[in-house]
Amino acid sequence: MKKVTRYLGVIGMLGLLTVFLTACGSRKSLSQQDVLTNDRASNTITWGVKADTKLFGLMDVKDNTIKGFDADIATAITKKILGKNGKAKFVQVTSQTRIPLLKNGNIDAIIATMTITPEREKQVDFSSSYFDAGQSLLVKKGSSIKSVKDLNQAGTKVIGVTGANSVANIKKFAPKAKVLELSDYAQAMTALKSGQGVALTTDNGILYGMASQNPGYEVVGGTFTKEPYGIAINKGQDPFKKEVNQALKEIEADGTYNRILKKWFGNVAGFDYKEASR
Amino acid sequence: MWYILTHYWSELIQGLGYTLLSSVIALFFSTIIGTMFAIFEVLPNRAMRIIGRIYIELFRNIPLLVIAMFFYVIIPMYVAKIDGFTAGTIGLTIYTSSFIAETVRAGIQSVDKGQMEGARSNGLTYWQAMRYIVLPQAFKIVIPPLGNQFINLVKNSSVLAFVAGFDLMYQGNSIASLSLDTINSYMVVGVFYLIITLPLSYYMRHLEKRLA
Repeated sequence: MKKVTRYLGVIGMLGLLTVFLTACGSRKSLSQQDVLTNDRASNTITWGVKADTKLFGLMDVKDNTIKGFDADIATAITKKILGKNGKAKFVQVTSQTRIPLLKNGNIDAIIATMTITPEREKQVDFSSSYFDAGQSLLVKKGSSIKSVKDLNQAGTKVIGVTGANSVANIKKFAPKAKVLELSDYAQAMTALKSGQGVALTTDNGILYGMASQNPGYEVVGGTFTKEPYGIAINKGQDPFKKEVNQALKEIEADGTYNRILKKWFGNVAGFDYKEASR
Repeated sequence: MWYILTHYWSELIQGLGYTLLSSVIALFFSTIIGTMFAIFEVLPNRAMRIIGRIYIELFRNIPLLVIAMFFYVIIPMYVAKIDGFTAGTIGLTIYTSSFIAETVRAGIQSVDKGQMEGARSNGLTYWQAMRYIVLPQAFKIVIPPLGNQFINLVKNSSVLAFVAGFDLMYQGNSIASLSLDTINSYMVVGVFYLIITLPLSYYMRHLEKRLA
């Protein structure tokens, strides 16, 4: 009898835990409020940006700010929506944390090398695309890997980043290859250097940044997918989304976009600046 | 939760398998290595005691993640090609063994000195006395803290996720990012860990009762 009560106790505790966690999920949260109204009131837009990705969003340890193409575009859009004194606040996100952080209202929008995909569109809304990326491969100079076709052999290990769309793509283009998912790009690069895989795959923009930091490595094979980057906004925030799209159009029209593009990609070897400019 | 369970069943089972395999290997070797260093620490020989101390203090005081990354990144560069699973399991074994060494040492020292002296005066060698008289009593005393270490070991095996070791946590991260359902993905992973740790916990309790 004693035993039975003890087991019942354990089951009861698990049940309580489940109820508690479910209650957390369904609580009416910040995300239900209107983002645009809140941002206008506080004169601040909170953006989720990457902090480990050269060229797009990289933490500058000297002054503790995040710098890059994404961060500059976010600042430009903020100024268009809130006026000259509008403040853009940056919160560091990863591929894994960005959607949960957006959903629970910690950030207003994600501008973090995020590809627009149909699966993600079920969870969040996207602005129109602000950068046309494509998936490519980074390999050690002199590697026998020349394109994605060379990866399609049993036993080939390819390095990707958890939560990135590129991992799913590799499974489609090179189904025989084994994909190792690491938690961020810095770790993925370290794994490539120590020979845990023969190639690192993700969007070309990110790979160019890595190649410029690591001279022994090069981007090969061109792009084999189209990966338009978009700004992700919570569902039901249509007024805010409209403002973001409008601001994006304006910075493309007045040359701000091209200036930012040139600032970050003007000197990157192999990057076609002309084609990407708008 | 049900959706995650049915859609990612094969990934979860694979993760459970790797976590179990890594835990069993690490549990076996860390117990042996830990006991060895515990004996080093109580030997009359001063040099051996110092070796034991250095090993324990070194690996007890470095984060497990750092040890695992060392084996994942540095060793393949200069010594031998090892994959994430091997690197993580080696790291886990070394890390846990330093804690087990401290636990077992406490057990050995809590066995009355008279036991060793009595055994020696009855003609047993130092090693025979250690093996047949002191260690069995020491292990009986340290079963509860040892159980703690074993449970920690299973949970610490989640370090494999950071070195692409295909364990439960790795699959959890992957499922969370594929399904975009973070809360339920990690809840399922938590339940799968319970499947390993709860029986282990009950077994240690059972051992404690039987031997006490």
